[in-house]
Amino acid sequence: MPVTLLWAVDVYGRVYSLSTVGQQWEQCHDTHIEFKRVTAAQQCCWGIACDNNIYLNVHASDLPIRYQEETYENQRWNPVDGFSDRLLPSDRWQWSDVTGLQHQPLDSFQLPSSSWEWEGDWYVDENFEGEPTEKGGWSYAIDFPATYTNDKKWKSCVRRRRWIRYRRYKAMDSWAKITSEHTTLPDPFSDISCGGWEISEEPRGQLCLWAVSLQGKVWFREGICHHNPEGSKWEEVPLPAEVVQISCGPGDLVWAVLWEGQLIIREGISRDCPRGTSWTVVDPPSPDVGAAHVAVGVNVVWALTKDNKVWFRHGVNSHNPCGSSWISMVGEMIMINIGLNDQVFAISCEDWAVYFRQGVTSSELSGKTWKAISVPRDRDRSNSSASTNSQQSAGCFFCGEVGAQSAVSEMESDTEKGSTDGTSLVPEEETLPGDGEVIGLCASADIPLSQSDGPDDPKWSNVDLAEAQGQQAQTGAPQDSADTCSLSSVATYTLVMEDLYGVDERPLWAWVSGGGCSVNSHSQLTWFNTLVQSVQSLSLSVSPAQTTAWRRQIFEQLGERTRREMDNFRHYEQAIEKSVWLKKGTMQWWRDWKPHKWIDVHFALEQFSGPEGNKDGILFIYYNFYEEKKHCYYCILFFSLLCPNFSQFSLLPITVTILVPVLNDSKHTFGIYTPERTKQRWPIRLAVASELEMHDWLALLSVSCCDSRGIQGPPSHQAIWSITCKGDIFVSEPSAALEAMPYPTPSDQMFWRQVGGHLRVVECNSVGIVWGIGYDHTAWVYTGGYGGGFFQGLASSTDNIYTQTDVKSIYIYENQRWNPVTGYTNRGLPTDRYMWSDASGLHKCTKTNMRPPSPHWTWVSDWAIDYGISGGTDREGWQYAADFPASYHRHKTMKDFVRRRRWARKCKLTTTGPWQEIPPIALSDVTILPCAAQSSVDMVPLWAISNKGDVLCRLGVTSLTPAGSSWLHIGTDQPFKSISIGALSQVWAIARDGSAFYRGSVSPQRPAGGCWYHIPAPAKQKLKQVSVGKTSVYTVDENGNLWYRQGVTPSYPQGSSWEHISNNVRKVSVGPLDQVWIIADKVQGSHSLSCGTVCHRLGIQPMEPKGQSWDYGIGGGWDHITVRGNSMEPPLICLPSRRNPLAPAPQSPCNTEVNSNAA
Amino acid sequence: MADDKDVLRDVWFGRIPTCFTLNQDEITEREAEPYYLLLPRVSYLTLVTDKVKKHFLKVMRPEDVEEMWFEYEGTPLKWHYPIGVLFDFHASNTVLPWSITVHFKNFPDHDLLHCPSSSVIEAHFMSSIKEADALKHKSQVINDMQKKDHKQLWMGLQNDKFDQFWAMNRKLMEYPTEEGGFRYVPFRIYQTMSDRPFIQKLFRPVSPEGNVLTLGDLLKEMYPAALPNQGEQKRYQVVIHGIEPLLETPLQWLSEHLSHPDNFLHICIIQAPTD
Repeated sequence: MPVTLLWAVDVYGRVYSLSTVGQQWEQCHDTHIEFKRVTAAQQCCWGIACDNNIYLNVHASDLPIRYQEETYENQRWNPVDGFSDRLLPSDRWQWSDVTGLQHQPLDSFQLPSSSWEWEGDWYVDENFEGEPTEKGGWSYAIDFPATYTNDKKWKSCVRRRRWIRYRRYKAMDSWAKITSEHTTLPDPFSDISCGGWEISEEPRGQLCLWAVSLQGKVWFREGICHHNPEGSKWEEVPLPAEVVQISCGPGDLVWAVLWEGQLIIREGISRDCPRGTSWTVVDPPSPDVGAAHVAVGVNVVWALTKDNKVWFRHGVNSHNPCGSSWISMVGEMIMINIGLNDQVFAISCEDWAVYFRQGVTSSELSGKTWKAISVPRDRDRSNSSASTNSQQSAGCFFCGEVGAQSAVSEMESDTEKGSTDGTSLVPEEETLPGDGEVIGLCASADIPLSQSDGPDDPKWSNVDLAEAQGQQAQTGAPQDSADTCSLSSVATYTLVMEDLYGVDERPLWAWVSGGGCSVNSHSQLTWFNTLVQSVQSLSLSVSPAQTTAWRRQIFEQLGERTRREMDNFRHYEQAIEKSVWLKKGTMQWWRDWKPHKWIDVHFALEQFSGPEGNKDGILFIYYNFYEEKKHCYYCILFFSLLCPNFSQFSLLPITVTILVPVLNDSKHTFGIYTPERTKQRWPIRLAVASELEMHDWLALLSVSCCDSRGIQGPPSHQAIWSITCKGDIFVSEPSAALEAMPYPTPSDQMFWRQVGGHLRVVECNSVGIVWGIGYDHTAWVYTGGYGGGFFQGLASSTDNIYTQTDVKSIYIYENQRWNPVTGYTNRGLPTDRYMWSDASGLHKCTKTNMRPPSPHWTWVSDWAIDYGISGGTDREGWQYAADFPASYHRHKTMKDFVRRRRWARKCKLTTTGPWQEIPPIALSDVTILPCAAQSSVDMVPLWAISNKGDVLCRLGVTSLTPAGSSWLHIGTDQPFKSISIGALSQVWAIARDGSAFYRGSVSPQRPAGGCWYHIPAPAKQKLKQVSVGKTSVYTVDENGNLWYRQGVTPSYPQGSSWEHISNNVRKVSVGPLDQVWIIADKVQGSHSLSCGTVCHRLGIQPMEPKGQSWDYGIGGGWDHITVRGNSMEPPLICLPSRRNPLAPAPQSPCNTEVNSNAA
Repeated sequence: MADDKDVLRDVWFGRIPTCFTLNQDEITEREAEPYYLLLPRVSYLTLVTDKVKKHFLKVMRPEDVEEMWFEYEGTPLKWHYPIGVLFDFHASNTVLPWSITVHFKNFPDHDLLHCPSSSVIEAHFMSSIKEADALKHKSQVINDMQKKDHKQLWMGLQNDKFDQFWAMNRKLMEYPTEEGGFRYVPFRIYQTMSDRPFIQKLFRPVSPEGNVLTLGDLLKEMYPAALPNQGEQKRYQVVIHGIEPLLETPLQWLSEHLSHPDNFLHICIIQAPTD
């Protein structure tokens, strides 16, 4: 969860913010201005100052806010002057916008406000649709308006070129006044509320800002988005009556309070109309006492009446913004505000403190209790630091007394234990007659008693504390952690509070805004008890560092103990014999041959330990034939086929293809690949009854496979990472022979194991830095753990496993056909596809029957029309075509008889894995310098492309701090989509228009490099991805072609031309040895065409970097691979790669020999 | 990147090379050869010496055989202490293999508990686990477990199944995060200097002020003599599982990672070698 801020204003007009991980209110820096009210979003905060002006505070982020101004210079050819700026009278302006309709000379561009600055001067865009132009950036056409081309022809009569200038928002992290530009407002504003950022993703950063003036009018701020944070102008919104206060939620909920005490609700708010269309009036909770204040979230409305009572509106959601009824809540408040996730903040009229509503969840939106946020302000802390210190030092000085206090509480709880626990212990002691040593509890119970003589007056608060803890433990209920913290710290807490506020007065709050504060019911907040928590978190947060002396000592000494006590005695007999271990179950198995069907099978995994302690195993799958139980037909005994002596457990990767729908109910199926099956690209498919069972088996099989291969712990730095189209993450340990010449290890022999988490992209390098990008574009860094997900217990590391979330959209299509009578309807031809279907049209998918991909996914939004589909849509989201299936376009033409539109619904996965989030910038691509394992580079260059297309360079990335510290923004003229950095710091990138760029002079001394060199794409192709190895540069275009950059030399790193290597390629990954791995698009398997197969380029040598042929590996549903960590040089001597599976494992001498020898 | 899980594995798979010799006084039909075995540190003598018994019975007449017991340099070895504790306490800093004398006569009733069958070991082991959980969680975790879960713990130890044991023992090692540790740390301190077999008292892993308490804090309160005085030669070694953790090691971590399967942290305080 990223760190976010809660904003508040005290009664003196000072603005403070409180971080979700913070423990004090921080006063806003540049505050000569006093504020009345603030309203926050995650990226900014708006406020009404006491001078009645509106101010905006945009939070600084690594991504600058910059806006590209552009204008076109138009010229016409005439026989006398050639091309000149003398145009025909009917022509467009000499300087115009892209359409030619607007007159736009260079000097007509003004900065919108004093918060902006120009980045540089105007310059000509030298590129045209990804291609460099001849000279001066001109593109030519027959006439205006027409199709422009790059090259000048004999009939080109007009030409134009684009001029670009960037401006940048400079007033970050400070309050910038919003000047009331063209419209002069009749009266000052009295209330303000922002929200609406969930209504639409386009344009980015769109906000709805509503304001109320003193005369009760409502105004809406137009045009606020990421590159225009100030918005453009105020628009008055017509009203039924005068408004006193307004509240706007993150979604489409807007409520306001009328002077008369009723409430009004804005209706008709949508993507196309964020202002809404009309108002509906709702009666206040009680007719006598009108409403005074309202606050809305996504699905909640809270209100205060004029007598300060708190009310919760029942039944509010996007479809029913009015809700159904009022419910009275506890507490008396003067104002209330809803944060993100419908969390509630309020200011009490009793003590003017900010309260947080605890226990608000999506199922219980009204929450449980009010809890005061009781952290000090930064000023308070500096004032009272002396007393705080003395408090702490006093605690140290009087440690004896404190110890005695705890003894009292121990005594108290001991007596309690004697009554409860004693009974359970007695029977066990009876089984050991005569054991005089089991004195345990009885002996120890009276020891604290003797010690407790010290203090004469026991501190009863401490005893209460013990009881409170006891009760909590007994109920065992997973209480809110904040609750327990405050309970456990009752005694110290009150003391500290007095101390802190004894110096300064208590803060009196006037206004709070949680719109930028992302907390939820699970958040561990540190707002409720300050000192105790900080002490704990200090001492505890230090300990997990793997490098602490005591931990190192234990690791070292255990190693030494092994050497001392075991290494010389390995030939001794083990005291405990190892036995065979078996797990059995029943499953269903998909019979690949006729009749194709699911067959009930028995499934047995037999594991046994070898004399060396290594484990082997065999997996049996069999079914009973003709109910003849004795006649067991072993339908598959893979491992005997593979390894006749069973010495190797050659189960290959287990890939999960969850939920294959069969009949009505869905099965939980998974596939098992063996090398043979990998060649066929057709796994053994098995189904079990429940997801839990499936995960049990998968975890068990995976652990067994790892055991038999001696793989345990986290993946090595050299590991190859890959991702399936389901987002599952797999990792394989490369052998030294993987890149050997001429006989590398066949790719189908590679063993893949799963790692918890859900990602779309993963990239690594050979010092163990691994980054991933989720489907929701969140950036994640690998923590060095293993397991997570369905791996429980020992298959998973204890440290370094964190909660990971991902959000993706599920799409369905609404299809319609035109008929002459009724126009477009949902009645199709009998031959047509389903009117609600998936993309292919083959499967019926309706809004009601679609389910999230697995039970771990939950819906987090409602169905909404998706306007972002490629090809564009009309205003209602439709795309038109002549017939199904066809290519769709956005405008209806005469020839179009069918149309479709895409509906999207977001679902969210919550899982665990060795990944930690890197907020806040969403990424679309990332690349890490694939340095060789030996090198001790301190800073590792890491480049990324933001979701928006910005190029970013991460600073502070080292093998110890793989997350780095901050982003450095690299300027580009257009958005980018792919980037890669080679082992020699050469950076290549692909722009959204499909052309390539090379970044000049990147070096360790100059990590951001110099400037971009444009490199045209191969003819008629748009590139989409690039990967750079040690010297090789490979790209993939949108038509699946793989290109190799010819002529790259140290003196001419841009190379000379593209050489076609292969088609049928989705993605490429080039490693630090210039090894090339791809995801092939379609590969023929034994049963079907397999989409997404890992392939390895064979025959790559220093003199032949393009290689010769492909070797096929794991496949069917693979989406991404990175080999950029594998810098293991292949052995120089070429050994036959196919290891003889019959070679006997080295045997240890048998026991009798040992004993007789020793004798 | 060493994981704390590796510590659990190392602790579990600790082995002591042992040489069993039959006591001179036993009557045998022919000379008994010594028997060499790797004993698991975390197990119990009588649980892992079936082979030893079988080996020596081959040379003895059935009528001369009484209950088997073990002795090291004159000290009868208490089977109900974990093997690792016996070794650390009696035989640290000696030459390996550990030489144990096997007796079949003159069972020292005043020193040792009888162990007629492995069910006695099981009862002892389970009672230790229950006592430890009473200290850690007021018995809530162990009482929530089913009979078969208890059996799994025992079978895990008996058959040296690390995974099987820890799949269940994991639950016994959990604690509410906000409390920072167990209620009390189950520990036993063995020392030579007093008649009491071991020290066991109530001790919390976190101080009332919220500070993490360490091994040093524990010893300071329980057995200050074990701590080296300033500027003085180290007199005592504090040994857990054959290693000497630093005194600043947090006690809670030790309890989670260096406890024996009986869930107690067994700490041996022995004389430092003089050389």
